[in-house]
Amino acid sequence: MAENLPKIEPAVHAPKGERLPAAAEIPLLRIDAVVKKFGTFRAVDRLSLDIRAGEFFALLGPSGCGKTTLLRMLAGFETPDEGRILLSGKDIAQVLPHRRPINMMFQNYALFPHLAVRDNIAFGLKRAGMARADMDKRVTGLVALLKLQGLEKRKPDQLSGGQKQRVALARALARQPQVLLLDEPLAALDKKLRESTQLELMELRRRLGMTFIIVTHDQEEAMTMADRIGVMDAGRLEQVATPRELYEAPASRWVAEFVGDVNMFEGQVSSREAGRLTITTRDAGTIIVAEPRLPITKANVSVAIRPEKVKLSRRGPASDAVNAQAINRLEGIVTDVGYLGGLTTYKVKLEAGGVLRSSMANTARLDRDAYRATERVVAWFTPDDGVVLEQ
Amino acid sequence: MSTRRIFTRPARLAAVAPYFWMVLFFLVPFGFVLKISLSQTAIAQPPYLPVFDLTQGVEEARTALAALSLDNFRLLVSDNLYVLSYLRSLVVAGASTLILLVIGYPIAYGMARLPQRWQPIAMMLVIVPFWTSFLIRIYAWINILQHDGLLNQILLALHLVSEPVVWLSTDSAMYLGIVYSYLPFMILPLYATLAKMDSALLEAATDLGSSPRKAFWLVTFPLSLPGVGAGILLCFIPIVGEFVIPDLLAGSNSQMIGQTLWLEFFTNRDWPVASATAVILLVLLVAPMLLYDRLQRRQLKGER
Repeated sequence: MAENLPKIEPAVHAPKGERLPAAAEIPLLRIDAVVKKFGTFRAVDRLSLDIRAGEFFALLGPSGCGKTTLLRMLAGFETPDEGRILLSGKDIAQVLPHRRPINMMFQNYALFPHLAVRDNIAFGLKRAGMARADMDKRVTGLVALLKLQGLEKRKPDQLSGGQKQRVALARALARQPQVLLLDEPLAALDKKLRESTQLELMELRRRLGMTFIIVTHDQEEAMTMADRIGVMDAGRLEQVATPRELYEAPASRWVAEFVGDVNMFEGQVSSREAGRLTITTRDAGTIIVAEPRLPITKANVSVAIRPEKVKLSRRGPASDAVNAQAINRLEGIVTDVGYLGGLTTYKVKLEAGGVLRSSMANTARLDRDAYRATERVVAWFTPDDGVVLEQ
Repeated sequence: MSTRRIFTRPARLAAVAPYFWMVLFFLVPFGFVLKISLSQTAIAQPPYLPVFDLTQGVEEARTALAALSLDNFRLLVSDNLYVLSYLRSLVVAGASTLILLVIGYPIAYGMARLPQRWQPIAMMLVIVPFWTSFLIRIYAWINILQHDGLLNQILLALHLVSEPVVWLSTDSAMYLGIVYSYLPFMILPLYATLAKMDSALLEAATDLGSSPRKAFWLVTFPLSLPGVGAGILLCFIPIVGEFVIPDLLAGSNSQMIGQTLWLEFFTNRDWPVASATAVILLVLLVAPMLLYDRLQRRQLKGER
């Protein structure tokens, strides 16, 4: 992140479904059927997960889902009741935190208030008994890396939120851990700073080649930064996938609703032909969607459609497109228009009775032809835009 | 000029009230004591000279002022009796405070690490002795420590000693009494700083490679220093002036300055010397307070 580096573009994620070759490669970190109970409450419930070396992995979930408990077990602050945590093949579940080659960046930074910035960063190096000259060199390098020049002698309470965040990061990086754990690292920053810091974290990870595991409840943050995301609920992993896969091919209704905005219609499969499922829903009439890779076994299903996949028009799509793709056409009346700057969201009351949400990018500055409330429209989407999920 | 309006009238009154209190109940009485300490003892009512009487006119007041002298202070610094009393007070207070810190810190630390719901109970247990009069508790100690008291009875019953041990009227008894009486004053400020400490700081320290013991000395202890300072002040200052405990529990061969002061005032009826003793005591005690205040202020400012 030195000034002379080229400007960083947001990461381009690997296309969905791509897997590393299933070679006899040991994952850097293997979490194996780990259980953590608090009293009778199972905070983490037989959770297994592999994390590869050099990966930027995000644990995403609502508060109380067990993601922080899992992170604390990786750091060593909690001991699993069952299961193993393997680091490069060695079980570290019972190893004390100060003996693990893993460091953590704490949610509220946990900077030592009585130590200056420099001493905060050097804290872990001193404990490792590093020679003075090496330590000075390492600290100076980190100060430069995180743009903390001139702040070395300040105490934490003389720093801004963003500066504290950088010091905390420098301190956690100082020992060059095999895995860096980040507990809601950006939660205390304001929106603008959070976005720029996201990019800096990604660039930092790329330069250091370190494995990052981040815990967050902010899905945008997870999507932007992570190579893979593990979505947690009630102590279990609901899905582990790339951001794109998570959003476009959610594994369950819960995931679809937790990640991003979604229209959800319940119904029954009424026919199945040529890779197309016809589903009869109560609220949106008949919907045709592409058959998922894993065959549907139950009759009761839900159809999930992301709002941005739903286009509005006054007359509906051109007829040749309809013939080619068996496009879904749902007629209704616009009830709500929400202008959000970059996009506009619409709520359409369907003739079948349900409400369909659509969002469309405002690609032109002047739009005299925008849809208004009470206007009659046709909402349409292709079969590939809907996802069938078992209930 | 608008900055002056930040405080509304009631707020301004509230800000002035403590100063008013200090002037009325501390500064004015101290003025009297200071004046008496510069006077001479006399068989009169009040028992010192000169007496300012503004009804006698300015000329009289001027002669009275000229009669004031530092003789009493000269006496205090030249007579071994007083110097030794001061020294003994400082030594006793210093040693007691050290013992209190060594005993009080682990207790406060233990309290702060108790589960949340047990902490108020632990706090109650520390405060509960205050519900009985201090004097009665000291008399209870006399009962326990005397020749045929509880302690000797237990020791004899357990065959740890063959005849009663002399406990009462020794320095040990006095230290016991002082430590017993002042322990809450040491524990409470320590507990207050330790309880509000962020446990994430300790986790960060262990995460960065400190053993738990090392983390205590590198993080917990330095961060509890304000509490240590407050506890030391809260104990040291009143112990220096302590009168009741040494009078009731210690032997009579050496005195603390509180006892000397009492003797001068009530037995010798020498108000001026007693006042001078009090003035010097005050000066001795203000010094550590100023030092503590300066340290705290430096800590607040941090090193820029």
